[in-house]
Order: sequence, then C-alpha cells, then structure tokens
Amino acid sequence: MVPGAFAYHRPSSIEEAVGLLSKLGEDARVIAGGHSLIPMMKLRLASPTNLIDLGNIANLKGIREDGAEIVIGATTTQHEMIRSDLLARKIPILRETSLLIADPQVRYVGTLGGNIANGDPGNDMPAVMICLGATYEAKGKNERRMAAREFYQGAYFTALEPGEIVTAIRIPVPSAGHGYAYEKLKRKVGDYATAAAAVVLTMSGGKVTTCSIGLTNVAETPLWAEEAAKIVTGSTLDAATVKKAVASAEAVTSPASDGRGPAQYRTKMAGVMLARALARARERAGA
Amino acid sequence: MVTSQVSMTVNGKKVEQLVEPRTLLIHFLREQLMLTGQHIGCDTSHCGACTVDLDGKSVKSCTIFAVQANGAEIRTIEGMANSDGTLHALQEGFREMHGLQCGFCTPGMIMRAYRLLQENPSPSEEEIRFGISGNLCRCTGYQNIVKAIQFAAAKLKGVPYQEAAE
Amino acid sequence: MSDMTPTSAERAAKLEGMGCKRKRVEDVRFTQGKGNYVDDIKLPGMLYGDFTRSPHAHARVKKIDTTKASALPGVVSVITAETLKTVNLAWMPTLAGDVQMVLADGKVLFQNQEVAFVIAEDRYTAADAAELVEVEYEALPCNVDPLKAMAKDAPVIREDIKDKKEGAHGPRKHYNHIFNWQAGNKAAADAAFAKADVTIKEMIVYPRVHPCPLETCQCVASFDKVKGELTLYGTFQAPHVIRTVGSLISKIPEHKIHVIAPDIGGGFGNKVGAYPGYICSIVASIVTGRPVKWTEDRIENLSTTAFARDFHMETEIACTRDGKILGLRCNTIADHGAFDACANATKWPAGLFSIISGSYDIPAAHVSVDGVYTNKAPGGVAYRCSFRVTEAAYAIERAMDIMAQKLGMDPADFRMKNLIRREQFPYTSAFGWVYDSGDYQTALQKAMQAVNYSKLRAEQAQRQEAFKRGETRELMGIGVIFFTEIVGAGPSRNCDILGIAMFDSAEIRIHPTGSGICRLGTKSQGQGHETTYAQIIATELGLPADNITVEEGNTDTAPYGLGTYGSRSTPVSGAATAMACRKIKAKAQMIAAYMLEVHDDDLEWDVDRFRVKGNPERFKTMTELAWAAYHEVPPGMEPGLEAVDYYDPPNFTFPFGAYVCVVDVDVDTGMIKVRRFYALDDCGTRINPMIIEGQIHGGLTEAFGIAMGQEIHYDDDGNVTTASLMDYFLPTAVETPHWETDWTTTPSPHHPIGAKGVGESPNVGGVPCFSNAVNDAFKFLGSTHIQMPHDNWRTWMAADKLGLHQ
Repeated sequence: MVPGAFAYHRPSSIEEAVGLLSKLGEDARVIAGGHSLIPMMKLRLASPTNLIDLGNIANLKGIREDGAEIVIGATTTQHEMIRSDLLARKIPILRETSLLIADPQVRYVGTLGGNIANGDPGNDMPAVMICLGATYEAKGKNERRMAAREFYQGAYFTALEPGEIVTAIRIPVPSAGHGYAYEKLKRKVGDYATAAAAVVLTMSGGKVTTCSIGLTNVAETPLWAEEAAKIVTGSTLDAATVKKAVASAEAVTSPASDGRGPAQYRTKMAGVMLARALARARERAGA
Repeated sequence: MVTSQVSMTVNGKKVEQLVEPRTLLIHFLREQLMLTGQHIGCDTSHCGACTVDLDGKSVKSCTIFAVQANGAEIRTIEGMANSDGTLHALQEGFREMHGLQCGFCTPGMIMRAYRLLQENPSPSEEEIRFGISGNLCRCTGYQNIVKAIQFAAAKLKGVPYQEAAE
Repeated sequence: MSDMTPTSAERAAKLEGMGCKRKRVEDVRFTQGKGNYVDDIKLPGMLYGDFTRSPHAHARVKKIDTTKASALPGVVSVITAETLKTVNLAWMPTLAGDVQMVLADGKVLFQNQEVAFVIAEDRYTAADAAELVEVEYEALPCNVDPLKAMAKDAPVIREDIKDKKEGAHGPRKHYNHIFNWQAGNKAAADAAFAKADVTIKEMIVYPRVHPCPLETCQCVASFDKVKGELTLYGTFQAPHVIRTVGSLISKIPEHKIHVIAPDIGGGFGNKVGAYPGYICSIVASIVTGRPVKWTEDRIENLSTTAFARDFHMETEIACTRDGKILGLRCNTIADHGAFDACANATKWPAGLFSIISGSYDIPAAHVSVDGVYTNKAPGGVAYRCSFRVTEAAYAIERAMDIMAQKLGMDPADFRMKNLIRREQFPYTSAFGWVYDSGDYQTALQKAMQAVNYSKLRAEQAQRQEAFKRGETRELMGIGVIFFTEIVGAGPSRNCDILGIAMFDSAEIRIHPTGSGICRLGTKSQGQGHETTYAQIIATELGLPADNITVEEGNTDTAPYGLGTYGSRSTPVSGAATAMACRKIKAKAQMIAAYMLEVHDDDLEWDVDRFRVKGNPERFKTMTELAWAAYHEVPPGMEPGLEAVDYYDPPNFTFPFGAYVCVVDVDVDTGMIKVRRFYALDDCGTRINPMIIEGQIHGGLTEAFGIAMGQEIHYDDDGNVTTASLMDYFLPTAVETPHWETDWTTTPSPHHPIGAKGVGESPNVGGVPCFSNAVNDAFKFLGSTHIQMPHDNWRTWMAADKLGLHQ
C-alpha cells in the first residue's frame, strides 16, 4: 500500500504547470488535493511517473463574482466552498453537496477541480455542475471553455485533452428565491452515492417555472435528466407529474451493480432521490 | 532512488530531512521523525487513524506525500500537551469519559477533535458525530468519545461539564 | 483509635477496588501517543517483509521466478515454499488439527493467498519487489459455495488430503468434507418433533464477516545467531501459545524463544492464531541474520486472516400449541475456507455451538455440524464469538421469533414462557452444559419495563394501520432477545489448545513498601486489564489499585496462560488473581498473628487490615505486613510476600442478557434507522462498571455493523469484493446508534469473585436483536425470515417482494 516511484514537480504558475504536462507526456498526472489519485497510486492502480502538484498556484484558487456568474478556482477545496458566504447566499446547493462528500479530513484537502475533472462517475459535483449549467475553463495549448453538460463522455473519460488542466469552474447564478436540493442515498457517511439527484428550480404562483436535474452514479457519466425536468416544468409538482418525471429519469439510468445494490435497485433509488429532491427544492423555493 | 529535502515545522520544532517523492507523510512522521503516535489502519483513506493537524486543517497523513507538506506547520498528538506539561483538555477528557480502549484510533481522533473544537467550540452531539465521521473506532462505539469531546469543549470554554441525562 | 480514623467505607473507596469506575491506567500513554504497538518497534538493522499474493482463487502454481525481485537494489532475500521446505515449514499445523500452507506449494487455494515473501531494507522497496515476483498460474475451477462443497463433481480443494478418509475429528464423507460433529440426543429430539403440535424450520445463515481490528496483524522477528535465540514481537492475543507452537514447529527450544506481545490495537479474535507472515518473518530473520518486520495492510487483513462465522444453520423448533418448546434441532454447514484454521479448543471443531438451546428450558435437542472446504480464506472462529456462540445465539433467537410468529404469540411472551426458571439453577441443558446462575425472569421483566414494551407494541399497531392506509411509508420493528452465552474456556476436562489445558494464571509479588506487581497469562487488546486486575487485588489485599502494576504479554516473565479471547480473562485469570491474593493474604494473616501475639483465628479482616476480634484498635495493615514479610517473619517461615496461581476453572461461566431494539424502516429506500437500543447484561460481579459499559458499547457497535451491512463477499470466480474499507461496512459515529445499558447481577457461584466475563455478550445478543427488529417490521405483512445483513438494498428487495412498491 505504498506507491511506485515518481518525480515530483511543484510549479508556481498555470503556464509552468501546462508546460510541464506537455513536456512530460502521458505518464504525468496533475494533483490537487490528491485524495482521488493518491489512494489509487497506493493500490498501484495508477502509476504516474511524474506528479505535477497544483497546490502552489495562486491563480487556481479563489471564489469570485463575475457579473451573473460565480467563478471558482479549480483548486478551491470543499472546505473553502462550505465556508464561503458568497456561495451560501448565491448557490446554496454547492454547500449542501460539499457536506455530503467524503468526510471532514477529505473535505479540507479535496478540491472542486479534482471532483469534476477526472470523470469518476461516483463523484458528486459533476451532476450538480450539469444541473447548474456550469462551464469549465481549461488551459493547455490554448484556453478553452467546455460546458459541463458536454464534458463527460464515459467512465474516467472526459472532453479534457492530454496536456490540459481545468483552471476554473464558472457557474451562472440561479435566480434569487430558487429552490434547490442535493438528495444523496448512501450506505454510510463518506460513501459514494448509491444514487443521488441534484435539483434546481424556480416557482411562480405555485407552479414550476424552470427546472434542472442532475443524477449521480447511476450511469457511466453524470446524467442531465432533461426530459424529466421538462415534465415537471409548468406543473404544481403534483404526485402524478412527479411520478412521470421519476419514470423518465429512471429510463435514462444504467447503473452498475455493486456493493451498493443491484442495478435495478439503484435505478429505482435514482427515482426516489429525484422525488425527494423535488419536494425539498419546492419547500425552499420562494413563491 | 531520487531524494529531495523537505522541511516543515512539527510540534513547534523545525525539521529538515531527505525523502523520496513517494514517501507518505505518515511514514515520514513515524519512521523518520520517530513520532509513532499516529497510526495506519487502512489502505483507502477511510479510517482516520493517521490524522494530524496541518496548517490549520485536519489531514489524513497517509494520503499526502511529505513533499506536499514542505513548509507546513504540523501538530501531532505528541504536541498536544500544554506548554506547562499538563495534558490538553481533550487528552484529559478521553480519560475521564473512557473514550478509548485499545488506543489505536485515539491520537487521530484527538487531533481531529482538536480542529473540530477550533472550528466550532460548542458543538452539539450531532455536530460532533458528523465532525468525527472521518475517524473509525472499533472498540468504543463512539458514545464515550462524544462525551470526551463534550468534556473538553466545556473545559476549554471554562465552564463546568454537564453530562447529558441518559 | 482517634476520631480521625477513616471508616471502612472511606478506606475501601480509597483503594479503588472492585465495583468502582476506576479511570484507566492505559489511557495515560495512549492519549499522549505513547503506546508501544508492534509497528512502533524499530530494531537496529531491521528489514521489512512483504508478500506476493495470488490473484486467483484456485490455481496451480507452475512457476515462480524471483530473479527480477531479487535483483532490485535493496532486496536482501526472497522466500518461496521451496525455501521453507528446507526447514520443514512450507506447511504449518493449525489450531484445529489441520495443516495450512505457509507459502503456495504447487497450488493456491484462495484469492490473495501468500505465494512469496520478499525481504528488503525498507518497506517501499519490499512493496516494489513484491510486484516483481513473476508467477505462472494455471487457473482451476473454484467453489465458494459451502452448500455445493460436497457435490459429486465439486472441485477438489485439498489435494494433499484428498484420499484421507479420516480427519482430525473423525471420518470424512467427501474430499471437501472436514468433520462432522454432533451433540445432544437425536432420538429424543426426533421423538419430540414427531409428537409436536407446531414446528418451524428455517435456513438461518450467519454470513462470513471479519473482526477488522483497527491495527492489522504484524510482527518483528529477531533471531540471534550467536545465542541461538528468537525474539518475536507480535500482535498475539495468546503469546504463550505462539511460543509453544513456534517451538514445536521450528525446533528452537522453547526456553530460547522470547515472545512479546506489546500494546495491541484491537484483537476481537483476529490475532489468536499463527499466520504465514509470522512464520516467514522468523525464517527470514534466521536466513538473513537480521530482525525482520512484517505488517499487513488492510486488504490483506480482510481477505486472508481469521474471518468469522459463515455458518449455514437449518434450525427447527417443536412446540405444543400453547407455546411450550419440546425440542430443538439444527443441521449446520460450516464453511472453513481452504484450511481449517479455526482457533477452537481441540475437542470442539464447532466450538461451543451446543449452547444453541440458549436461555430456554428445552428438554430434547440435537445439533449436527459439517465443516467443509471452499476456495476462501481459512479460519472461522473470531470476532467476539466465544467459539461459535454468536452463531448459536443468532440461530436460536431468530428461530424463537419465527416460532412465536407461527403461534401468534408475542415474542417476549413466548420467551418468558420458556425461559429457564430461577429455581432450576444450576441448570443442566439438553446438551449437558451446567449453567451456573441466573434469574432470567427478573432480567426480562426489567427490560420490558425499562422500554415500556406494551406501549411500543401499541404504537407499532397504530403505525401498521397508518401504513395500510397509505399515511406513512415507514415500518416500525421491535426486536427482543434473551441470550445466554458460555465463556471462560475452560475446565481442563473439556478444553485444551493443542494439548495444553485451558487454565490461566496470575503471579503476584508484593514489595516491601506495600506496592506490587501482578503478571498474568492473559493479554489485553483494549479491555483494560492493567486497570481491572489491580482492582481485584485492591479489594482482596487492601492495597490501593494505584500501587499495583499489571503486566501481560512477555512470555519470559508472565506465568503460562492461554491468552485473551472468548471472554475468558475475568473468569479464568480473574479467578487466578483472586486465588493468588488469598494465598498471600493467608501468609499475611500468619505474620499479623505473630506480630500481634494472637492466634490466627483471633483475627478478622477489615478492608485493608487484620484486626483482633473484639479488640479492633489492635490491627496490622497489609502495608505493614508487606514490610514485615521482608523484615521479620515468624520462625520457620520464609521471607517475601508473593504467590502464583494456575486456575483450572471447575466450569464455564454463563453471562446472559435481555436486549430490546426499536427500528424504523423506510420501505422506499430500505434504509433502517435504529430508534432505540436497550441492553441489559448480567455478567455476575461487576469489577469496573465504566469498563463494562465501554465493552457493551463497543460490542453493540460491532453487532450493528454485522447486522446492517458487513459481509466478506466472494463472487462466483472467488474474487473477494469487500476487501477494503470502501466496501466492508464499518459504521462511523454518524450511523452508530445511541446505546442504553442496564444490568442485573447474579454472581457465578463457582467463581472466587462471582464474575462471569462480558466482552462478547453484546455481539452475541446484539446481532439477533437487530435482525429480529428488522424482521419484526415486516411480520404483519406475512414475512417470516429476512436474511441479514440488512443493508439498504436487501431490505428494499424484501419490501419489493412483499409488493410494497406498487
């Protein structure tokens, strides 16, 4: 349970990091909090020859407002997101989700970038980013932006090119008075989701005016349940409509069978989590 | 074997040693600095027996390389006693409340509780349980650990400890 | 006598003897990170060992190439079975009369089995080298289903004994069969079933689980070539047994083996037997001439060391129609993995499973256990089980609930009707066990009152109606159990480990200034022996507990003992401690009589002194007598004040308890919330109530883990799918319920201080209580038995099968 040997680099700028990645090639990996990569290295499931530590790069940190969006530096930790007043006020679903990730020690060190960039279907933030319609900023040979909704292509397979690192996550601020919930079923605190649903919605006159739904760990990638969200839009979230939305969400899942349960169960749980997330989001929504 | 120099401050003392990049902080602490208070209990960063306080954060020292801790300020169980040699309120509380049996999870538990009480000096029982959810114990069933932390919280605030009615 | 003389009560309180919540001695070092665990030990020149392990569950080993591993800089040696054969250690005897491969010898029989042992200058190099050993395997079909082990065409697991028709415990019916063991009276049991009005039969499975102490198994072996002596530090719950076994298999004379168990980070039965890691470290130290440390990682621990349970128990009860039990039968298949490495006493291949008649007055009973081999890790007896008592208690308590349901009786009432009555003690069970003491009715009544049981049942009835009306999606369950367990192994006529009788020992030496040292043959792994044995001595000898040092674990200085497991320390070494004290006290009395110039019989004992009957101002304290023992003893008496006692218990002890659990089940997710858990335990005389409570909390938490999600699971290809803490369910402080503890005290009449032991009771009683509670939630819908573990998905599937998700 100790890793193989590697060379360690600690660049002090994004440019330097990108330069190193390009020079060192495919067996080089970036590390932020390291709490996804290092456990894999200890089990020798990953054996990078070079590690590029992003922890010393100031420009990768920070949470700031940029017009109608909030920009979060890629190496911002879960703990920093939990403590952020700005996020608590403007995008409270992030804090709720962070508190459901891993445990206190991991949250002190684990980063948002680390949680969204490697394509691990078990991670919680990707579905939330998809739900929020976030954009990832990346830098490699060039700078580019990718929509979260188009970023995830398979298990551990993303739109990120070799030589690129995610530098920031850009999130459009949901309307004031929006309802939100991240509902996560797990075997115990710290576990990956058996199934989880992220919901952000707005209501007016008792009816849903906008709705966005993300689902965690019930497919090879996080899912954007677009059709389910359309079904509830315009409704009062009455039981029959929610039931239809649940069926629609279940239909897009294809979970793995594992210790958390057989695929059939996890699909059903995606539906249950969605129903509960919709109910809680509605309670929180203004009007 | 390529090694590099790391330096950090551990329990108030500056240390400088050679490490491989892959040397985990837990091994650096235990085998190079001979601070064997923190322990290894798992392979997958779940048990928390290796928890130390690093730059004001509770960190699992088995999941961080010593090189990543270069320049850091670290506090371990060996550095918890007060400057006059008396035990920290947490160390006292764990004994008073029978919050340990085999002792293996105890240093990590105390180091986590230390930071927990810095974050939140008056935690509820629920907040304590959530706050130590990254530390596993096989012996105590956690109930007396909660009491130990409540005892310490009271002592650190200078108020008498009230054991909750059963 | 002045007015300042403290009263008896004041003097007793100062001693911190039995019955008080003495703070623990051990805590002083543990809270400061100054424990001394095996991995803290660093000897000059020490090397590190690591294993190359088999990815296959069953395969021939065609070739092992150690060239690349040996060539890695920093690697000192690589050991395979071929190396071990030169010292006749490729195989080692197990505690259960079987033999076990130390390193793969032509075949591997379970995933992660040890194949080669690399020794290097540091642990990182050893890990690198372990990856470089190249092994050529030829995969074989495997079997991980014990119910298929004795099929006609089942894969042969043990080619080494394939044609042996006799095993260590009698005839073998099949090449994968290990033993058949029976107890009770089959004819009487069959007759009871034949005439019974109502019978139930259920296959009750206790899945394979693992004790998972937070510290894994480890050792440091140091062979001194010059002296020809071996020093072995290790995680040993039974250090003397390790020494004797080590001597027998290595041929190093026993007096030249020094086994030391330092602080141990939890045992729970995982650290009783000998592992390949220990043997390989010893051989490596001999071969290299340097100390060798071996520490296993968590995955190695969970997938290869002593697992627990894997008992498949077809259990039957026969009753009259008004609920009086007439008979009990149980046929069990026991999965021992690839080698029978069970840490059982020799005559008991299925441990003390025949405690299965439990707390009930059952006139006729019979059990039959068949052990089988599969392609899984070896072992079976571990995890706070008291030698299969957990399995027995689970079977009887589930079966009681199933029968109560069939009879239409409340499970508490059904138990009350059949509990052994207080006037029947000492009670001889249908299996011949003589239960020492108990007042079961009082205990059950106390439990029922404490939880307001009838109110709970009324609430449950209301909630069931609400569920049927669709007003709630939660089901409420109430679990009730009444366990009796058997601990304190054990009387020499019943119990031996490899021929050594299961007595235990205490050696006490009092110093001139009135403090002392006590050494014992047991070995704490967190139970607080340094604190509690001193309390016994304080009460017996009138010396403050703080003045007594307690030592265990060093086989050179500790008197011979069989170690700590099966809750045996208090019943056996606790008794030895009391008996040794009484020898000391008898000598002290004679010295006192001499000093006071009276006859021995003219003295009476008062807390910490002998005083003259009728003349209490004339006394000698034990402290004064200690000095006198070194200063001036009566003519003809030898100086000094010490004694040793080897205690052969006349019987086992029988702790018991009544537990109640209330759960609320969310049928739409399968999640279970434990609303309340009440545990009443009777462990006889209570030495330290604080430590007893801690043991109950810890044991209940382990039981909670077992009942709610733990299993060591193998897929059909023999892959262990739950070998890390990612998947092996260890509850955190968030999931773990709040525990309410209570007690009654019925001392054991045959024990010198009336104490019975308590460490394992909560695991014995806890698991069936949780399982009964979950099952109880679904009963009103027609469910009779839902298998544990009661993890979310299984509970949901059970709800789904009952049509609750329409």
